[in-house]
Amino acid sequence: MADIESSGGGGGKHKGKKRGKKLSTRIDMTPMVDLAFLLVTFFMLATTMAKPSALEVTMPTDEKPKEDITIPESKSMTLILGKDDQIFWYMGMLTKDPVISKTTYGPANIRKVLKAKQIEVRNIFVQKAKSQEIVVLIKPMKDSKYRNLVDILDEFEICGIKQFAVVDFQPDDQKNLKKKGLVE
Amino acid sequence: MPKVKIPRKSTFIDMTAMVDMGFLLVTFFMLATKFRPDEPVLVVLPSSTLTTPIPDKDLITITVSKEGRIFIGMDNPKHMSDMLDGFITRFAPNIKLNAEQKQKFSLQTSFGVPAKDLSSWLKLEPEELRRSQPGIKWDSIPDKNELFFWVWNARLASPRSQIALKADGETNYPIIKQVIQVLTNKTIQGHRFQMITSQEENRMAGSKPKEK
Repeated sequence: MADIESSGGGGGKHKGKKRGKKLSTRIDMTPMVDLAFLLVTFFMLATTMAKPSALEVTMPTDEKPKEDITIPESKSMTLILGKDDQIFWYMGMLTKDPVISKTTYGPANIRKVLKAKQIEVRNIFVQKAKSQEIVVLIKPMKDSKYRNLVDILDEFEICGIKQFAVVDFQPDDQKNLKKKGLVE
Repeated sequence: MPKVKIPRKSTFIDMTAMVDMGFLLVTFFMLATKFRPDEPVLVVLPSSTLTTPIPDKDLITITVSKEGRIFIGMDNPKHMSDMLDGFITRFAPNIKLNAEQKQKFSLQTSFGVPAKDLSSWLKLEPEELRRSQPGIKWDSIPDKNELFFWVWNARLASPRSQIALKADGETNYPIIKQVIQVLTNKTIQGHRFQMITSQEENRMAGSKPKEK
């Protein structure tokens, strides 16, 4: 193996008495090291390190609700998720022709907007002696990605927005965005 | 000149320390990691800042690949075979499978084959099973929607299971919408589900949007 015995193997000179050969207590550990690293390699390749986390969402079922839920216009915000990480957002209803602004993901963009609007809505309703939270509608366009939706839901989690809904992107929304020159 | 005698030194190296380290690493990897599940497709999860771990067992996993192939899987072989039985009874009573094929199915951790190819797919060798899966068929007509029937029977096979959606971040939204539509169906009652994400390092700094 890896070593060359240099002690010259004791004994051999005693002819008279038979004496037990003094054996070395050293054990050759090389195979054990081999085995250990084989196992290390195996575990490195066969297992995963990253622990996935989960984002729990509760969507409404497709049963018809008993009563229509109406959201006060002043506290509703709509986010339209477009392609290439674009976000279009406006307050209130589309029929009232609101100002549609464009932003993107990240702490400096959408998070800022969400936080500002959240506070704004809170302030309006504090004055009216009704503490109310912002309600956000998410409308993902057909060329948006799943990642965009997760990112937005994650932003809600960070900002503490509890009331939101994922709704369908309507042809009317498309027309409106087109009219405003925000999409082709 | 006297000869210089070089003493012969032993080349024996004490490997004990190395063994210690080796087994320390083995122990670390055994405890800190999880076995990689057998997946038919590679899914790159979108990242989020959440740290809520997903439950280890009793999970119905719906995997969606980048190009929109849909798979369903459960960790318990018993549930898998119950789901298959339920699916055949409720959706396609004309599919006949023998015990061996059913056994093969129950050992899969995820599954995605159209109902019409089910029988021929289960005739394949175990190694080929995983690779040749085109995904579960989705249809806008509820009676023909195979995904609906799979999820429904999965729920019936294991009512306590939670539903987890494991989709690639680059999947187009309309495909996700199809899946969500199935989940929110009032028969399935799966409107509360988990979206599996990978963890982002820094909660406050956030690194979005990501480069492509």
